[in-house]
Amino acid sequence: MRITEQQPGVSKRYIDPDSVTKRMDGRKVINTVFRSLFFMATLVALLVLGILFYRILSQGLGFLSAEFFQNFASRIPEKAGIKAALVGSLWLMAVVAPVSMFLGIGTAIYLEEYAKKNRINDLIRMNISNLAGVPSVVFGLLGLTIFVRALALGNSILAAGFTMSLLILPVIIVAAQEAIRAVPQDVREASYGMGATKWQTIVRVVLPSAIPGILTGSILALSRAVGETAPLIVIGVPVIIHFLPTGVTDTFTALPMQIYDWAKRPQADFQQVASAGIIVLMAFLLFMNSIAVLIRNKFQKRY
Amino acid sequence: MVNPTTRERASVQELIAKAGNNKRKKAIEKIIPVILFLIAGVSVLTTIGIVATLIFETVTFFRQVPILSFIFGTEWLPFSNKEAKFGILPLIAGTLKITLIAVIVAVPIGLAAAIYLSEYASDTARRIIKPVLEVLAGVPTIVYGFFALTFVTPVLQTIIPDLKIFNALSPGIVVGFMIIPMIASLSEDAMSAVPNAMREGALAMGATKFEVAIKVVLPAALSGILASVVLATSRAIGETMIVSLAGGSTPRFDANFTDSVQTMTAYIVQVSTGDAGYGTPIYYSIYAVGFTLFLFTLLMNFLASRITKRFREAY
Repeated sequence: MRITEQQPGVSKRYIDPDSVTKRMDGRKVINTVFRSLFFMATLVALLVLGILFYRILSQGLGFLSAEFFQNFASRIPEKAGIKAALVGSLWLMAVVAPVSMFLGIGTAIYLEEYAKKNRINDLIRMNISNLAGVPSVVFGLLGLTIFVRALALGNSILAAGFTMSLLILPVIIVAAQEAIRAVPQDVREASYGMGATKWQTIVRVVLPSAIPGILTGSILALSRAVGETAPLIVIGVPVIIHFLPTGVTDTFTALPMQIYDWAKRPQADFQQVASAGIIVLMAFLLFMNSIAVLIRNKFQKRY
Repeated sequence: MVNPTTRERASVQELIAKAGNNKRKKAIEKIIPVILFLIAGVSVLTTIGIVATLIFETVTFFRQVPILSFIFGTEWLPFSNKEAKFGILPLIAGTLKITLIAVIVAVPIGLAAAIYLSEYASDTARRIIKPVLEVLAGVPTIVYGFFALTFVTPVLQTIIPDLKIFNALSPGIVVGFMIIPMIASLSEDAMSAVPNAMREGALAMGATKFEVAIKVVLPAALSGILASVVLATSRAIGETMIVSLAGGSTPRFDANFTDSVQTMTAYIVQVSTGDAGYGTPIYYSIYAVGFTLFLFTLLMNFLASRITKRFREAY
């Protein structure tokens, strides 16, 4: 701000209104410019998502036929199908869902309802947040050493399922903790007041109110396990499989593995097959996520 | 005639006494916490398992390959017929290249999106944009990898004719887009936590919304923003499928962004998809590389938690 010369006859004016207006206008322009810049940056992120979906749909829809779901993997693009991978992914879920939810909910109940503030429990809490930051490929190395080799499970559904369960465990624990924490203390105290024991309170009062939140978080975590590829590769899950697994100790292949294999092939036709596979994978994930949203909207209690 | 209320009260008291003496129930109350504690221990065991596995197998690797030539070696030629060389620096260089590009792409866009969402956007716009950004975070990385290889690389090749099919640029950019939601959503949380009174104070002093965002909200939320960037960087370092599909498999120790590269994660995938015999140096090398990767991400996560603890401003 410029201080104007004192003029004779005019009262003292230290602030020049013209200069102030000019500066204010400039600041307003900057505000408008950056407002649109920020908005455009947000749009760019959304635009990329749009292009990605458009590309995959336009490439893959042509290959998405009934035969695509009935055929096994093939060297000929037209005959390649996703049957083994789709069934394999379902088998994988059948292991991951119960194992990871049992461990995740158990840990969350312990941390929220029983754990006192001491060093061991602090260690457990800190460890969970650190575990969430470990790259998935490192979990693959853990699975390869412990489940595939040491426990001699081979590249079976069980070995992959255990590895994936540990991978998504931190996510489920945190989601379950939040859901349990959201149940108000009054409800617990009312239950104690009626003579219920701690475990009775947890099973009959806390968990029923927390279950929608726990389920929503768990399904979202499970959908991450469905799309995860790297640990499966490290474990040594094969791609070309011409039979369906009949039990959890069988070898299998999964959707992302199959897509990875198709994407790597140089022939242009296989790129379209890969796109078709991606559509199936994304539809699978979309289905899981809509169930999660449905549960959240329908059953979530608000206190 | 007995007073009915007295009789009922007596029976309730009996019931309570009976319930209190129920041995099975008492046993359950004692055993359950122990079982739950053991379940909670699984997550700790997982960490111990990871660290132990990595250290154990890495030590085996260092019996076959000298540790110094691993840390300081600038050549990574594990499949060489003459003399295999295991110098980790080329793989680290590949990882850093991808991470650098990803951060350059993601930080400005992610922060801008966070500022827009927290300071400018209407409630309706936020309700629409936030879930869509979360979809971006939920897309499997294999899909991003395919997108990088079949779309981003060809598009970039029309701009940079020298660009090879496998290069550092394209996967780097796509990894950047993958971590944008992380930066945007964590930074937005940090900015939304800044109390409105501070914004209103600045607005009352005549500041524009942009000045409020840059001079008031951003500094106040800095710890959360920095932590989000560090966490996103850690994700970029550990990203596997995008780089192994679109990055190639040529370990190189230079600053070349247009040729095929190899990251630590992509090397682990390359060995895993091949037939490295159990017990060979190549087999153990994935653990040494995995261990290095683990240390990198551990360092970043540690840094992130230090930042949030040290610079947190409580209001």
